[in-house]
Parts: sequence; structure tokens; C-alpha cells
Amino acid sequence: MNAEAEFRARAAQRVLIFDGAYGTSIQKYGLKEADYRGDLELPLDQKGNNDLLCLTRPDVIREIHSAYLDAGADMIETNTFSSTTIAMADYGCEHLVRDLNLAAAHLAREACQAAEAKDGKRRFVAGSIGPTNKTLSISPQVNDPGFREVDFDTLKATYREQCDALIEGGVDFLLIETCFDTLNAKAAGMGAREAEAASDRDVPVMLSFTITDMSGRNLSGHTIMAFWYSVRHLKPLTIGANCAFGADKMRPYLAELAKDSDTLIMAFPNAGLPNALGQYDELPEKTGALIREWTDAGLVNIVGGCCGTSPAHIAAIAKAVADAKPRAIPSLEAKTRLSGLEPFVMAA
Amino acid sequence: MNQIASTRFVNIGERTNVTGSAAFKKLILSGDYARAVEVARQQVENGAQIIDVNMDEGLLDSVEAMTRFLKLITAEPDISRVPVMIDSSKWSVIEAGLKCVSGKPIVNSISMKEGEEAFLDHARKCMAYGAAAVVMAFDETGQADSKERKVTICKRAYDLLTGIGFPPEDIIFDANIFAVATGIEEHDRYALDFIEAVAELRVLCPHAHFSGGLSNLSFSFRGNETVRRAMHSVFLFHAIPAGLDMAIVNAGQLDIYDQIEPGLREACEDVVLNRKPKTGDLSATERLIALAEQYKGMSVEEEKAAEEWRGWEVRKRLEHALVKGIDAHIVDDTEEMRGEIALAGGRPIEVIEGPLMDGMNVVGDLFGSGKMFLPQVVKSARVMKKAVAHLIPYIEAEKQPGARAKGRIVMATVKGDVHDIGKNIVGVVLQCNGYEVIDLGVMVPWARILEAANENDADMIGLSGLITPSLDEMVTVAEEMQRAGFTMPLLIGGATTSKVHTALRIDPAYEGPVIYVLDASRAVGVASQLLSDTQAQGFITATSDEYVKVREAREGKGQSELLPLAEARANGFVADLADKPSPPAKPGVHVFADWDLADLRECIDWTPFFRAWELAGTYPKILDDEIVGESARGLWADAQAMLDTIVAEKWLTAKGVAGFWPCRRDGDDVRLDNGTLLPFLRQQVKKSKDRANYCLADFIDPRQGDEGGDWLGGFAVGIHGIEPHVARFKAAHDDYNEILLKALADRLAEAFAERLHQHVRTDLWGYAPGEQLTSEALIREDYRGIRPAPGYPACPDHSLKPILFDLLDATANAGITLTESQAMLPTSAVSGFYFGHPQASYFGVARIGRDQLEDYAARRGEPIAAVERWLRPNLD
Repeated sequence: MNAEAEFRARAAQRVLIFDGAYGTSIQKYGLKEADYRGDLELPLDQKGNNDLLCLTRPDVIREIHSAYLDAGADMIETNTFSSTTIAMADYGCEHLVRDLNLAAAHLAREACQAAEAKDGKRRFVAGSIGPTNKTLSISPQVNDPGFREVDFDTLKATYREQCDALIEGGVDFLLIETCFDTLNAKAAGMGAREAEAASDRDVPVMLSFTITDMSGRNLSGHTIMAFWYSVRHLKPLTIGANCAFGADKMRPYLAELAKDSDTLIMAFPNAGLPNALGQYDELPEKTGALIREWTDAGLVNIVGGCCGTSPAHIAAIAKAVADAKPRAIPSLEAKTRLSGLEPFVMAA
Repeated sequence: MNQIASTRFVNIGERTNVTGSAAFKKLILSGDYARAVEVARQQVENGAQIIDVNMDEGLLDSVEAMTRFLKLITAEPDISRVPVMIDSSKWSVIEAGLKCVSGKPIVNSISMKEGEEAFLDHARKCMAYGAAAVVMAFDETGQADSKERKVTICKRAYDLLTGIGFPPEDIIFDANIFAVATGIEEHDRYALDFIEAVAELRVLCPHAHFSGGLSNLSFSFRGNETVRRAMHSVFLFHAIPAGLDMAIVNAGQLDIYDQIEPGLREACEDVVLNRKPKTGDLSATERLIALAEQYKGMSVEEEKAAEEWRGWEVRKRLEHALVKGIDAHIVDDTEEMRGEIALAGGRPIEVIEGPLMDGMNVVGDLFGSGKMFLPQVVKSARVMKKAVAHLIPYIEAEKQPGARAKGRIVMATVKGDVHDIGKNIVGVVLQCNGYEVIDLGVMVPWARILEAANENDADMIGLSGLITPSLDEMVTVAEEMQRAGFTMPLLIGGATTSKVHTALRIDPAYEGPVIYVLDASRAVGVASQLLSDTQAQGFITATSDEYVKVREAREGKGQSELLPLAEARANGFVADLADKPSPPAKPGVHVFADWDLADLRECIDWTPFFRAWELAGTYPKILDDEIVGESARGLWADAQAMLDTIVAEKWLTAKGVAGFWPCRRDGDDVRLDNGTLLPFLRQQVKKSKDRANYCLADFIDPRQGDEGGDWLGGFAVGIHGIEPHVARFKAAHDDYNEILLKALADRLAEAFAERLHQHVRTDLWGYAPGEQLTSEALIREDYRGIRPAPGYPACPDHSLKPILFDLLDATANAGITLTESQAMLPTSAVSGFYFGHPQASYFGVARIGRDQLEDYAARRGEPIAAVERWLRPNLD
């Protein structure tokens, strides 16, 4: 069975578990600049370039992957949130993009194989694709609202390059996550679908929205339903949300999405809101209990964690939803679903 | 028009189209994109549900123009909230547009004009970018004119598209609306062919939509708006039932079918449906042409009468626009005035100081003399703000400080409180009268108020609040002003404030002048006296003396005697326990995520709505009132129109929750079986002989055992989603619609509370299943049971709200949160307890004694000081 078919079959049986945070997990190792840099010759300070660790400290990334798999994850993501030429420009590492994505995909795949060897249960790898640090919808110049730092074709080509390497490295799915800009997500989705078409495999996309203000919109101003209608043509394997303000605040938006989405829903919230020191202190059991509320309401199919979540959180979530019923995917009436910043639906 | 308002029919804005609008074309060609963006904004404000953007013009780099314009409107949330229709005959322009639109747009258009291959290539790209598409009825041999060709071509396109997986619901056919009544016989069937083709295609092509450009239809009558509008309305009247579900149209320029003059309507109908006229020898076309002559003359005349004031000299026009609240021409007129003044060597600021202020003075005089009312004044303010907004860039470019306004007032709703309708009205009235208002908004901490007053060199501070805890916060602001050495006047207003409270609590806290302002109409008088060199001292002294008298009277006056708590309890109300309500039919917590706004609209109590606008009288009599009737009718019409839009476009969402819990009375407490304790307060003022000292707990059964036990309910409702609309009105300097919307949201929240209570009585609790009440009876509360709210007279402790909210999980279930002063957010929200006993009635707790305060604090398990803060209005 190909990965998508098996994933769907398993998601019909129970709520699947995704992994947790990488950034905050890496922080706990207290790595020095020299750890990041390894023996590569690079121009700028590399401290904080987490994706680079796939090349320079693969042991750290492997350990985090394994910890999440041990905690019960059915799927893990590659450590490639920023592995695009645009995001890597901050570290002068554009030339490493292909190597980073290949290495990251191999690390994740190997960790999954090790877990599969133990219990014979198939694990899945999602290639993580972040939004980059440039936006197609917002002008960085106050005086010129029509200005953009990047254009659609450039951004799409950048995503395509990342997706090509992730697919070559063996990922099962492409996870376009933390979508703060809907047009970026559309460009990423198009790049991903083109990369899939150029490969010899089916590698569906997953899309994950993020909420950046209390009114439930992302940075480009879209509501979650407007976002969904904007990307529905990509026929994603999953739609959902991540990061944002923690599980309790995410719930109403998932409830809205669950009603009108004819695909799987995946959500991976932060461990609550950061405290005054910028640290996340929501306890694993709390996160687990909040997510159990989602499954009791039939809102989600795949759950995991974002910033601040640890293997302990994932284990707590896995425990909390162990006997939960997965959301049933509704079949949607044929309606014309358009969107501006807000959804617009016409009966058809 | 009636059939246009149906949700099934979608209006597509047509003004941002260089081929359709000469004005828009001029703006784009001259590079004035800022004003071009305003055209888009107006369209959305006027009800366009989708905006069509077209840059097909030989003199333009259309790719660049499309890209630039779409990026610019992306930055405007009040425009980009609606979907875009990317309109071009060139694919390169469409694809450039697709790369700029973040939502899901419509491509207009693709066709088989250049063969199947190009058609499907474009369709696949629409799928890849994620767009619906308008498909023109066009094939390799040309445009479809007859019904047969329209049907054949569209069906062929439909099969090709669905064959490559194009979602059928994303197909929108444009089957070509051609001109009729051209005098050429072959054209006579064009409209009918279109309508019949749509009817047939609707069956052949499931889920597809049908659109069209209307203006072609009446092309032969250009210049004769009356006939064109009638033709369009008649056409839609027949085409919509056939299946036409969207059109590129100026919705504001359609007539209501039923209101078209019958002779004209029949002539249009004959033309559109290609019928032979019932009478006479003329053909349908000849008859309409003959009729059109008279409408041509009439429409010009009518227009003249309506537009006569447009011929006046510019100062008179500005005054007229301000007094009548007409904003259509204000920017042009202001610009003309600015030019005139500049020519004479004057400065832009003089436009404001001269003609605009003159106009506003007329408004102020009319308002002051009771010939104009608040709704009209707020409309005038909207016109003024738009004029000033136009002038600001010129004034700033000059970099010379403008002349100082009559006075500068810092206004704020105090910390913990979120209500601002009244404050906004006062702000508008003051601005209309030449005062500069610095509005700090709601929930403003004292530090920011003082800081803003200092920074802006304010002449006075105005504080507003609606809930009782705000009274204390106002005292805090006054104390802090005192400590910071302020001397400027402090104005106090808002529903919960009073002259007595101001005199007793606020005035002694601050040595500077403290003035209680009863309502908006008094604000100008107060401000002008305070700032007058000659009157200020007298006014301040007089007010201060008055407050001293209030204090003395309060001290001297033997207040009504308070009973010791034990005696008050002994004189409690004894409910007949045999009549207590049955247990709820549906116990537990019930969530209503999206109550139908159209239903709530039916139960609105309109009298308080008019009161919010300071129009005195009860609805519906107020509409025929001799004095305020005209103003009330105007306001009423605007409110109805806005409600239509709120309901049709789903601006707001009504969320609510209700729940019931088994309980017992325990003294003045109600103890729920789940352990929650609800302490209530008892009237302590000594009553005349047969009157009881009420407490809400009196309505609950105290008995233990099988025959004992009782039920208590609770609810919270809120109206959500107002923010983007308020922001839009604010951005357009439109106080009138902003206040109108907020006032309507408040009414909807109250209506929701009323409606939900009814649902509780007849269904959820179900103790009055057969209740049949009219809306009027509902509003009069002619029913069994009460729903007292924490913070209101029967239950004055606001701090019971968190307990109620926990019981209901109101934040999760109805999206309502509480501020530190226990004000609810969203602002338009209501919460309370349900008591079902037939003898339950509303009462006011009023003054209580120290003994009850201490007893209550002990029952609540809170320090006395904390409870004292919440109950201060009830304490001596």
C-alpha cells in the first residue's frame, strides 16, 4: 500500500499522533556555535541555525526523532522548517539547501525504520516546509503598500527546490506548516505539486494554518475558512492549524474547520502561551486533556505539538487520545467556495 | 430590489473596470492608484460581494497595472475581505493577477475561442492556482447568439472541463447578454434566448453558475437611465428564476420590479420576452422607443430638481451638505473651496475655520434649538470628517500649525469597562461644535488618561462608564489627577453615573472642577462655559455649590431606616412552594453557536434603541411624534437597512449558552448540588406593613428530602464579529454607521436574551410549554419567571459573573470573556440567572447595612474590603 493509502486507512481507525517541537527541543541541548558550524566553512555566525544540525550534529536530530517515536508518534517531520534558499540567506547557507533537505529526510526515515524494526508498525515522514521569512501579501514599507520583498514565481521556485530534495530524500508527505501568509502557502503548494509531478511517486501535501491574532486570522488577514478555500485545490491529505496560542484557544477554529472540510484534519498546538520569560510551561497532562476535548468533539484526525511541546507532551497526548474516536470525514455539498480574507460560499 | 437581495443572487462590482468606467480609467491612466483603490472600497461598501478588476486598455501595461492594483487592495482589509474577479481578455494579464491574489478568485474569462487545447490549458492553470472561472459561450467560429448555440457551446465546454476534473461548481457560464430593441429584427430574441438557454443549461450542467454583463442589454437606450434601469430590472426578474445567479451590475442602479411604472414595465417585458404588445399596432421595440421619449424628458427634470443645490455657489453647497448630511460630493466641494481660498492667497486650514465651521455652526444651532436630533448630527459629523480628512494632507504639507480648536478634550471609557456608544456620541457632538476630541477608546487605565492629557495639552478630561465598578475607577482617576497636580476640569458621564455619585464621591477627590454631564446634548454647553473667559468661574462655582448642597442634603436627610439583617430575613418573601417549577425537560448545558439573526431581529425592543440616540418616546409611537418623528423615521429606516445587510451578509454571529442545575436554598444562599454556592443579597430598607424584604433566594425551595429541592438556570449570550465592520466605518470616518452598528448589536444581544428565555420556558426547562406571546408581550415581559443579571438591581454584585461563567463554561461555549471589572466582551452581551417560580419578580436590593456586608463577605469567603468594592453603590 502506498503511504497515503495506508495513512488514510489507519486514520480511519484511530486518532494518529504527530511529533512535537524541534526548536525548543534543540534548545535544551545548550549547543554552542561550534556545534552548529561543525567543520563547515561558513561566513556568518551559525548559532540558532537549527536546520544545519542535520549535517553537523545528526546525533541530536536523530535522538529527538527517536524520542518522539518512542513517545508514540505515527508520523514525524523533518528538521527542515527553514531549509529554503530564502530562509537560509540569513545564515549565508543558501548553497546547502539541497544537502540539508536530503540529510534531514534520511535522518527521519532512518529513525522511522529503527522504530518499525521494533514493532513492525509503519511510521510516516512529513517534510517540513516553513513559510520563509518573506511574505507575498504584506509590504514591509509603510509608505508603499504595493511593494513586495519577493514575487510569486521566485518564492514558488524556492519551495520547488526544497520539495525536490525532500522527495528525493524519501519523505512520504510535504507539510506546508505555520502558514502565516496564505499566498505564500499557495505558492508553496504549487511548488510542491509540481515537484510531485516531476517525481515518480505520489507525495501529497498537508497544510497547516497559523493564527496570529485573537480574532482568529493569520498575518495576511485570512480566517481559517478563507484559508481552507484558498488552498483546497491542492487536494491536501490534511488541513489544520499549528503553533498559535495553545490548544484551548485553537479549539473554536478547528470546530469551524471540521464542519466544512472533506479531508483529514491535523492540528499541533503550542504548549499553551509562553510565560513572561518566553518559556512554555503548560504541563503534558494539561495539553493531553485539552486535546482530548477536541477528539471528544470529533474535531481532529491527527494531533501533535508545536513550540514548547516535548516527547513527554506527545506521550501524554498519545495516552489521552488512545481510545478516542477519529473525526469522520464529511462529504461536502457541491457549493462554490470562494474567498477574500473571509470565506464566500454560493449554493451550486 | 427585492429579487437582488436574495442570497442566491450575487452582485459583482463593476466600477473597477477600465473598459466599463471612464472615471476609473482616468484614475488608472493618470497613475492615481490611491483614488482608484477608493473606488474599490466604495463598491464593497455599497454591497458588491465580489469585485471585478479589469485593466484591458491599449495605453496601459495591463500586466503591471493589474499586479499593482491587486497588491494595493490586498493592503486594505475592508476591500480584500471579498473575493476578486480577475477580468481580462489576455491570459498573461489573468495569470499575473492569479499570482497576486491570496484568496480564491474567479478568472474572467476562458473560452474555446482559440480551440480546445488553449481552453483546457487555461482551465488547468485555473485549477493549479486555485480559481473558479467564467466560461464565455464562444467557440472557434465565434460568439454564441442563438439559444441553440449557447446551449451547444456551453454543454461542450462543461463536458470538456469536467473531463479534466475541473470542479463543476467552479464553472460560471457567461452566455452573452446582447442588446435588444435595436431595430434589427434578428436581435429581438436575444434576451429571451439568453433566459431560455440558461434554463436549459441549468439542467444539463449540474452545479454550474450563470452570470452576465447587464449593461449590453439596454445599449440602444444609452442616455436614458430610467428606461435602462427598468429594462435591467425586468430582465433580472425573469432571468433569475431561470437560473441566472450572478451578474456584473451596479446594484444601486436597479429599480424594484413592483415599483416600475406599469406601462413602462409592460413595454420592457414585451421587449425582453419578445412578445407582441397587447394593444396597438406597434412592435415591442417601437412601443418602448416611443415610451422612452417621455421618460427621457422626465428623468432629466427630476434629476434637476434633486440636484438643484449642486448649482449653488460652493459655500452654500458645503453648508447644505453638512446640514443634510450628504457626503456624495463633499470631497469635490471641499477641494473646490480649497482652490478658491488658495487663489485668494489663503491657507487650507481656512477651509475648516471658515465655510466648514460655518456650516457646522448652523448644525449646532439647529441641534441646540431642538430642530435637529442626534442621528442627523452624527450624519453631519460624518460629512465634516470626510472634508477634514481631505484637507489634512494639505494642512500637513504646509507644516504650519493650524489655529487652535475651541478646546481640546481627552475622552476615555475607564479601565475595566468596554462600553463606548455614549462616549462616541458625545465625542461627535463636541467635534461638530469645533472642539478637538482625543478619544482614547475603552478600558483605558488612569495613567494613560493623565499622560494623554499632558501630552496633548488638553483643556479638560471626559470620563465615561456604563457598569457600576466604573464608578470606583472614576474616583481613582480623580484621585490620581489630584496627586499629579492637575487643575483642568473633569467631566463625568455615562449610564451608571449620576449627579449624586459625582457630588458624593468624585468631587471631594479632586480640587479641580468636576462636572456631571447628563447627556450628549449638554456636553457642548458645559464645555463652552468651562472654556469661556467670562463664564467659567461662575459656572464652576455654581456647580461646586450645587454639589455641596447635594452632599448636605444627603447628610441631613434622614435616610430610610435599615432593618438589622436578622429582621430583614424574618420579613423575607415566602413563596408558595406548591407552585415551584417542574424540573427542566432538558437539564444540562445547551450551546447555541449561531442563532438565526433574522429571528432575533423580530424580538428587538426598539424603545431603548431610540433612547441611545437621545430621542425620547416609545416605539412605535415615536415614529409619528410631532417633534422627533422625522428624525426617528430616518434613523429607523437606516437601522432597518443595516439590519438587512447584517442578516444577509452575516456580519454578526449570535452565540449563547444556557444551563440548569439542581439546587436548594440555604438562608440567603442558593446551593447547587454540584457544590457551587451562589450568595444573594436581601433588601434591608424598612418596608411598609405588608411588603416583604426580598432576596432572590426566596424564590428557591429550601426543603431537604424528596419533596424539597429545586432548579436554577443561567445563561450568557453575545453578539460576535462586529470588529472588522467597526474598523471599516472608522477608517471611512463614518461615526454614524459605527454608532448605529454598535447600537444594533446591543439590541440584538438583548433580543437574544429575550428569545433564549422564551426557548427556555417553552422547551428547555419547559415549565410554560403552551406559552403564546406576541413580540410586544415578550418585550413587556408578560411571562412567568425572571432572569436577573449580576450587576443589576436584584443582584448587584458583578463579581458573581465569574461563577455563572464557570457554570456555563461561557467563554468556551459562547465566546464571552470578562474584564477585571466584570464587563463582558464582546460588548454586546447579556448574562443572568433564571428563576422559574411564578411568584419570582424583579426588585432592587438598594441600600444594605454593614451587618449584611460582613455576613455576605463571610458567605462569599472574600475579604470585606474586596466585597465592599463591588457593592459600593449599595453602601452608605
